[in-house]
Amino acid sequence: MIKHEKIETNATLLLILSFLVVTIGGLVQITPLFYLQNTIEKVAGPRPYTPLELAGRNIYVREGCYLCHSQMIRPFRDEVERYGHYSLAAESQYDHPFQWGSKRTGPDLARVGGKYSDEWQRQHLADPRSVVPESVMPGYAFLAGKDLDYRNIGNHLKTLTLVGVPYDKGQIDNAAADLQAQATGDNADAMLKRYPKSQARDYDGDPKRITEMDALVSYLQMLGTLVDFSTFKPDVSR
Amino acid sequence: MGLGSLVQMALLGLIAILFVTLGALAQDAAFAIHMFIFAAAAAIAVIYLARSYGQPVAAASPEAYLDGVVRAGAIATVFWGVIGFLAGLVIALQLAYPGLNPDLEWFNFGRLRPLHTSAVIFAFGGNALMCTSFYVVQRTCRARLAFGNLAWFVFWGYQLFIVLAATGYLLGVTESREYAEPEWYVDLWLTIVWIAYFLVFFGTIIKRKEPHIYVANWFYLSFIVTIAMLHIVNNISIPVSFLGSKSYSAFAGVQDALIQWWYGHNAVGFFLTAGFLGMMYYFVPKRAGRPVYSYRLSIVHFWALIFLYIWAGPHHLHYTALPDWAQTLGMAFSVMLWMPSWGGMINGLMTLSGAWDKLRTDPVLRMMVISVAFYGMSTFEGPVMSIKSVNALSHYTDWTIGHVHSGALGWVGMISMAAMYHLFPRLWGRKEVYSLQLVSWHVWLATLGIVVYASSMWVSGIMQGLMWREYDDQGFLVYSFAESVAAMHPYYVIRAFGGLLFLVGALIMVYNLYRTVRGDTRAEAPVGVPAAA
Repeated sequence: MIKHEKIETNATLLLILSFLVVTIGGLVQITPLFYLQNTIEKVAGPRPYTPLELAGRNIYVREGCYLCHSQMIRPFRDEVERYGHYSLAAESQYDHPFQWGSKRTGPDLARVGGKYSDEWQRQHLADPRSVVPESVMPGYAFLAGKDLDYRNIGNHLKTLTLVGVPYDKGQIDNAAADLQAQATGDNADAMLKRYPKSQARDYDGDPKRITEMDALVSYLQMLGTLVDFSTFKPDVSR
Repeated sequence: MGLGSLVQMALLGLIAILFVTLGALAQDAAFAIHMFIFAAAAAIAVIYLARSYGQPVAAASPEAYLDGVVRAGAIATVFWGVIGFLAGLVIALQLAYPGLNPDLEWFNFGRLRPLHTSAVIFAFGGNALMCTSFYVVQRTCRARLAFGNLAWFVFWGYQLFIVLAATGYLLGVTESREYAEPEWYVDLWLTIVWIAYFLVFFGTIIKRKEPHIYVANWFYLSFIVTIAMLHIVNNISIPVSFLGSKSYSAFAGVQDALIQWWYGHNAVGFFLTAGFLGMMYYFVPKRAGRPVYSYRLSIVHFWALIFLYIWAGPHHLHYTALPDWAQTLGMAFSVMLWMPSWGGMINGLMTLSGAWDKLRTDPVLRMMVISVAFYGMSTFEGPVMSIKSVNALSHYTDWTIGHVHSGALGWVGMISMAAMYHLFPRLWGRKEVYSLQLVSWHVWLATLGIVVYASSMWVSGIMQGLMWREYDDQGFLVYSFAESVAAMHPYYVIRAFGGLLFLVGALIMVYNLYRTVRGDTRAEAPVGVPAAA
């Protein structure tokens, strides 16, 4: 303990040592995740979000949905029966930021896509207790009244390529047109080809407008629908 | 004064014009509002400088402590504390009675919850840490705060950060990283303020007149440095436009999740623990009139605590898609963390050796002891919850919420408020607070509130976890998710009542401290002395 006198009488030494001590844990735990091959499973299916899904995801983030809904199914019998196959790291590999959540005031949404109709989703978002009487969720009727602002959607895709999402030139150049096509279902062939397993239709029940409701419902309807589990082999060493 | 202040005014004026321009060019309304708030802050600073221009400045003695900024910090701590507790009560009631969501975008639960967590952690806790660290570092170093009025920039810069963060949440500006929600430009502003905070604090230690750096300052210093590291790494992101609020995290999925919880858990470890241990190491010995129990223990538990804490993040991601090796590593270190945490608790409690009788007569010391006891309780509960098989039940449930609140209300809240009861009379030159009887009322209301809160959340959390995994003898799940939501209702009502008790206690504190500042003393019987027969 006599040696400690050196540290506590020298401010710079105290600063440097305490900084070094707090860097170690993060370095050991986080850096391997960037280079260990088996961190992200190799499966067929995951793709970057379509422009409309991305806009919907941004609304999901904006409204703080992640505060009550997880998107991470754990490998337990009850969770797999309730929600579907447990979540893979591959499924959130294009998620900037991740939306795994930390609390289930409402149910997990990792595989909610396709479980309910668009009509149900709209009504539930507008007035949750009209379809689930026990629900404590706030109402989001205002989404149906707000036109989606997608002027810069191409820039959103471009920004995501900077952080590693593999959008190609065709996807970036046609972002706004693809968004319109997916939210209306009109002239959607090129868009459906650019984004495998995507779905194009009028999601909000109002064919005249593209609203925030269109975007959010399109995002909810694709959640968990991409991975082809016939190509998934669990890695015991992971 | 003179030329220097003219240059400052000109610079601030240019900054104001720059931000008005950015606001006019903004791509979204929220960004425009925030740029105008920046511009208004710069304009207010110009007006302040202009009004004081040419006025003779009372030359502060270089020996005298800079306590104006500590007084401002103490007021801000109390103010934001009440706002944060009130926001918590509102969202607790929204969960119990969902009709209280106005279904307007600005005031739904999803936008108010980050307002509550940030108001309590960063506005209340942050101001408490800044104000006490400025007070403690001057006294334990026998030196005035370094770099002149930079401490005032830290204070006002931090309040500006709080206003930007809070208005951002209501406007829907968020990165969705829990406890680090503000967007890129607010993060940049906080980085500037934080570097200034570091300079003031470290600069004061450098020019100290005491050869030894007191143990409280080790904790404050490691809190400031580590938070800087965590904040910068966790918030690396690329804005879509430099004229818009939206940015995308540089990391994705599993890496993003671990970086966020490396940050998130160490916001607990360093913001809510190390910093407040610094507070404990100054105010508990002061109040008890006894030296710190063990010097050796403080050395061992300081280094062990800061080394081990940083590894604990993965316990927030048990059984997720995070690789198993990282989860297990996180669990092992979280369990080990129990020991240095209790080292701090033992050192705090045992400091009362020979002064335990003061608990009867000094409700402020009583509040400190209860707070350290809650620290011990929640740092035992934390390692238990980090064990994977326990976490399988507790994760995603209200148990976590209860755990956080026994730490945040019990430990952080009580030690801060006790420090305020100690500081206010000293900062305003009064002998003692207005009324120790009212402090006693506050102590018991707050304690009762936390016990009601935590126990209702234990029951609801464990019940939720058990309902989700309940099978009948045919092998079917017994409960739908909605049934588990309905079962929570009574506990959500009880929890809100616990929060109300805590808020009422805080309001009593506001009144008590207001009268203290006014210089009043309540005519009352001393606490803990039996009435004469």
